[in-house]
Amino acid sequence: MQELINRAKELLADGTVARVLGWKAGDLPYNPEPAYFETEEDLKDFVYNGFCGANLSKYMIEASKLEGKTMVCLKPCDTYSFNQLIKEHRVDREKAYIVGVGCKGKLDIERIRKQGVKGIERIEGAEITDDAETLKIQTIYGEKTIPYADAMLERCHVCKGKDHMIFDEQIGESKETKDAERFVEVERIEAMSPEEKFAYFRSELSKCIRCNACRNACPACSCRKCVFDSNKFDSSQKANVDSFEEKMFHIIRAFHVAGRCTDCGECSRVCPQGIPLHLFNRKFIKDIDELYGEYQAGADTDSTAPLTDYTFEDAEPSIVGKRG
Amino acid sequence: MQRIGVFVCHCGSNIAATVDVSKVAEMSLMEPGVVHAEDYQYMCSEAGQAKIAAAIKEKNLTGIVVCSCSPRMHEATFRKAAERAGLNPYMVEIANIREHCSWIHKDMEEATKKAVILMRAAVAKVNLNAPLQAGESRVTKRALVIGGGIAGIQTALDIADAGYEVDIVEKTPSIGGRMSQLDKTFPTLDCSACILTPKMVEASAHEKITIYTYSEVEKVSGFVGDFTVDIRKKARSVDMNKCTGCGVCQEKCPSKKAPSEFNRGLNTRSAIYTPFAQAIPNVPVIDREACIKFKTGKCGICSKVCQAGAVDYEQKDEIISEKYGAIVVATGFDTINLDKYDEYAYSQSKDVITSLELERVMNAAGPTHGHLERLSDGKAPKEIVFIQCVGSRCSDDRGKPYCSKICCMYTAKHAMLIRDKYPDVNVTVFYIDVRTPGKNFDEFYRRAVEQYGVNYIKGQVGKVIPQPDGKLLVQGSDLLDNRQILKEADMVVLATAIEPNPDVRKIATMLTASIDTNNFLTEAHAKLRPVESPTAGIFLSGVCQGPKDIPETVAQAGAAAVKAIGLLAKDKLMTNPCTAQSDILLCNGCSTCENVCPYGAITYEDKEVNDHGIRETRRVAVVNNALCQGCGACTVACPSGAMDLQGFSNRQILAEVDAICR
Amino acid sequence: MPLENKEFKPKIVAFCCNWCSYAGADLAGSSRLTYPADVKIIRVPCSCRVNPMFILRAFEKGADGVIMCGCHPGDCHYSTGNYYARRRMTLLFSMLDYIGVENGRTRVEWVSAAEGVKFSETMNSFVEKIYSLGENVRLGDLRCKS
Repeated sequence: MQELINRAKELLADGTVARVLGWKAGDLPYNPEPAYFETEEDLKDFVYNGFCGANLSKYMIEASKLEGKTMVCLKPCDTYSFNQLIKEHRVDREKAYIVGVGCKGKLDIERIRKQGVKGIERIEGAEITDDAETLKIQTIYGEKTIPYADAMLERCHVCKGKDHMIFDEQIGESKETKDAERFVEVERIEAMSPEEKFAYFRSELSKCIRCNACRNACPACSCRKCVFDSNKFDSSQKANVDSFEEKMFHIIRAFHVAGRCTDCGECSRVCPQGIPLHLFNRKFIKDIDELYGEYQAGADTDSTAPLTDYTFEDAEPSIVGKRG
Repeated sequence: MQRIGVFVCHCGSNIAATVDVSKVAEMSLMEPGVVHAEDYQYMCSEAGQAKIAAAIKEKNLTGIVVCSCSPRMHEATFRKAAERAGLNPYMVEIANIREHCSWIHKDMEEATKKAVILMRAAVAKVNLNAPLQAGESRVTKRALVIGGGIAGIQTALDIADAGYEVDIVEKTPSIGGRMSQLDKTFPTLDCSACILTPKMVEASAHEKITIYTYSEVEKVSGFVGDFTVDIRKKARSVDMNKCTGCGVCQEKCPSKKAPSEFNRGLNTRSAIYTPFAQAIPNVPVIDREACIKFKTGKCGICSKVCQAGAVDYEQKDEIISEKYGAIVVATGFDTINLDKYDEYAYSQSKDVITSLELERVMNAAGPTHGHLERLSDGKAPKEIVFIQCVGSRCSDDRGKPYCSKICCMYTAKHAMLIRDKYPDVNVTVFYIDVRTPGKNFDEFYRRAVEQYGVNYIKGQVGKVIPQPDGKLLVQGSDLLDNRQILKEADMVVLATAIEPNPDVRKIATMLTASIDTNNFLTEAHAKLRPVESPTAGIFLSGVCQGPKDIPETVAQAGAAAVKAIGLLAKDKLMTNPCTAQSDILLCNGCSTCENVCPYGAITYEDKEVNDHGIRETRRVAVVNNALCQGCGACTVACPSGAMDLQGFSNRQILAEVDAICR
Repeated sequence: MPLENKEFKPKIVAFCCNWCSYAGADLAGSSRLTYPADVKIIRVPCSCRVNPMFILRAFEKGADGVIMCGCHPGDCHYSTGNYYARRRMTLLFSMLDYIGVENGRTRVEWVSAAEGVKFSETMNSFVEKIYSLGENVRLGDLRCKS
């Protein structure tokens, strides 16, 4: 972290960048938040640790409009999102000074809480440079330890790899944390009966309060104005218990990012209701891979997206019924 | 709020017999915006249109719904009527209560209910309609004819005679097509070459006609009035400007084993060749697959013997890009492959031939120099059997479901010609039906039976079995006498079904012209627009549209020419205003729409916007309305809904959905 | 309102492209080839104009089945529209299946202008399928039903 701060100071000092986009400490040890730093003084609040899950690439849409360059800290998986945004002309590559920051898997406070940890005061082992395999958590009830991997975000268990897809320089070591198959959960749902599937998604989606956190965090969901907010489709933004509205919102949201979603997992990370929203996106990714060939959005900036492409021999929609 | 008038057509009894039209009119008054409703016998009639015009004026209507036949039938009629009454023509919507309702439902209550719902959907849509203005596009005064057979030649001549430039693209080395392969033509028994050759010469000499032989259409872009076509001129290996057509190269060419396409593979030709004596242009091509020089690098005899120095082994394919206002398809036909009809022993015996092969056998320029002889041993046949409907009117997937139309007549012609020239030869025809509608056609057939003693047997042939002595045993049945027939023949002629040229599907795809399951091009209307494709600016000439004989082909070729001339005579065309529009404030500038646009109609520009007080420069999509054809691919690709389609907007379609599901 | 004694009359929305399938439906009509009145056709310029929002909206408003018809692949009036539509609908239908909506409620068929018979047969078989599935209770917003 200190190396990162030192470099940020240098870049600010020599005028390479006008500001730094990173994370600043929150009021609790596990809730750092995205922030701009414009002076050396500001940087005293800079923090980078295992709880800095937020994907900062989307902030570059607005930062691209500002005077001067912005130093942006991107984790390996965040760089896929950044590439995708370049491809869609949403960010200006020239306005970004990308520091590829190291990552050894990001932490999920909800998973820690689910393991019965309450009253957290201090957490050790969440630093990136730390080699510790366990988290030492000081709580008001005493010290608890949890294996690091057991506290990781779902997305880190299916980590895309430790390489940055795009960067100007790299600071810190990264580690691939993949220890699960990406589509296991999707396959589990696919194997259910229609009744079970419906019951599962109804129970999950009925929790939705339409706070739009998923939409706001998603780097692919970057429309100036969402169709659900405009009068173009006569669609309204509202929360209804167990109605169609949420299904429609989440299906369409997933559809709109299909072929563009890098599977960064921000939607699920930020959902206050804990809805596994990534399962929609990942279903589309799985279908695209199976039907149209493997495709990783954001791996490059010039490939043709699956939904703007076709072949004469493409599967017919009836394949859905035939696959069973 | 719109002021909408609803007009319900009885269509005589076509609609009124199944739909309670007055109920539909009455119910429409309960829909939002509807201030006027009436029903009438024939809305499309002058009196009906006058009623619409009167209501528009009296009630100050801002939009109308006509509940009638398909919009594909009369949408244009009602739009014009509305326009004459001072209403924007795009404020008209049609509820199709005939094709989609009265004609397919029997129960009056049910059909009326459905008609009401269709009316509601149309009213809901028109409530959201906005006046649209058609733009203008220019017309390139030049036509392209694809195919240089009699259909293409006739179309080209007619267009050229009207004073417009025409290009003919012909795949083979010469124009002339199938007709050039025929010996005589029914029902007058003219020599085919004698009537075709003058047309070929006229086309090649016409100052307005350019002929590209040995060439194919490679790419088509643009739209009615303004097509851009890439034509691949395949390397002929002979300089057309230098060649004098002396023919020495063909004589001296040592490679003479290539099957002659012109003679249907019944004999061979040289590697450097013109397909037939009267070929136009009279310039040979080198078949590079057969040429020794191209295969081994040695030889070069043709180049040595050519006094004009026209042979050019280095010649390469050339792509010509040309603009056209209209395109006529005249790609013609071929006979079907007989692999699936092994029972007729076509592949087993050289003496089982197709009718088109018989044309070559009977022709003086053919493989037997016009002598009727068996191709296996050169002996004169005494007994010939004709089998009709081989692959035509077929109910399984071996053949074609349609009647090839020309076979009954050409078989009568063949039978008559054989009996006339060789009275000692017996001719038997196995047929399912004899179909001879056409001027002087039935008389012609009766002459074959009555004057020339051709033996017609109603019945099908089950099998043709080659015998060890070279004869062919024909097993058939006589349905009228109800008996089995076993007949020894020296020759069997198969009236092989015809099918559209296999290349036509590729061409139709390039032209975005519809094509049916049998690969015949679809006409815009089966009865009323038989020579036009539904794709504007594309016209159909000859067998590519359906089986026909020479007089019908020539008639249709002329009709296609007239339609093309009608287009070329215009200086400007009104363009469809139902094009895509991008909302500058909603556009993300992401380029997704650009990637799915088939017309390259979307570009991106940096534009100054004022988004609720925020002034900034944004990269936004801009639609070129002259290029946009209104498919709507971009509207669905656009995640923000910035891209919408005029006339079929998101809100309009959703309003229809809502009205139907109400 | 009690629904139990009411005979099930499905609401079926058919999106038909103007150039092929709508013309195919016209041909079915002029050939007097019947299919149930439950089917209501919406004309769109091309199958690629059909937004997944339209289909979900139909279900939201109480449709029991939605079918989309377009030109056969390779024959699109706009060259490529149905190719994009094919991918979009495949993914959408797969998603609907994934969340437990009966797969038979959505269908895509390619019907040319010459295929009046196919149009009528397609609609008959689709309506039959919807009758066998019964009312769409999973996707309909119940409050929108009368």
